[in-house]
Amino acid sequence: MNQLFEYIGMILLLIGGIFLFLGGLGIFRMPDAYNRLQAGTKATTLGGMSVILAVGLLEPGWIIKTLVLVLFIAFSNPISSHALARANYKRKNYPYLKGGPEYDKYREVYQNNEEEEETA
Amino acid sequence: MLQIIIYITLTLMALGILFSVIRFVKGPTAADRTIALDTMTTIFVAAFVLLAFIFNRFIYIDVALVYGVLGFIGVLVIARYLEGAL
Repeated sequence: MNQLFEYIGMILLLIGGIFLFLGGLGIFRMPDAYNRLQAGTKATTLGGMSVILAVGLLEPGWIIKTLVLVLFIAFSNPISSHALARANYKRKNYPYLKGGPEYDKYREVYQNNEEEEETA
Repeated sequence: MLQIIIYITLTLMALGILFSVIRFVKGPTAADRTIALDTMTTIFVAAFVLLAFIFNRFIYIDVALVYGVLGFIGVLVIARYLEGAL
């Protein structure tokens, strides 16, 4: 049983390392802020969760605290990425779209909301 | 076997942190820099937990937890500031 946990932990460690590396590479390589957010946040969420879970499996006495950390990452990472994307949009850094700005459906809603706020 | 895998994982993590640092220094806008900081925080939390396993110190996991909470709050505050709400 212990041996099995050790093998699963090794596989999870490798997966986590690969995904953390891919997250860093995506941050470096992608062309604009939204793509960077996509690559950086999702890849590092999976990578960090699997590394932490792997340590919990390799050292079975630590499993509770590592599960708390995994849960914390699962809650905090999407929230911060959402806040960053929203802040970037509100600074008028609109995403580059191949078909032109009319494909950005959120922009109409957003501009209508802004006009309503100005009149109110 | 386990030692080799730990070395590989630490190397990959270091490369990820290196790329995020390059983006943090280079990044054209403030939002790009904050995104790089957020990524770095997550990689560092994972690295702290792995270091706790390597050195066999349970207390390093607490360090990782506190670092994660503080980095999360910092990113949220910077995002609110960029939005113009602060």
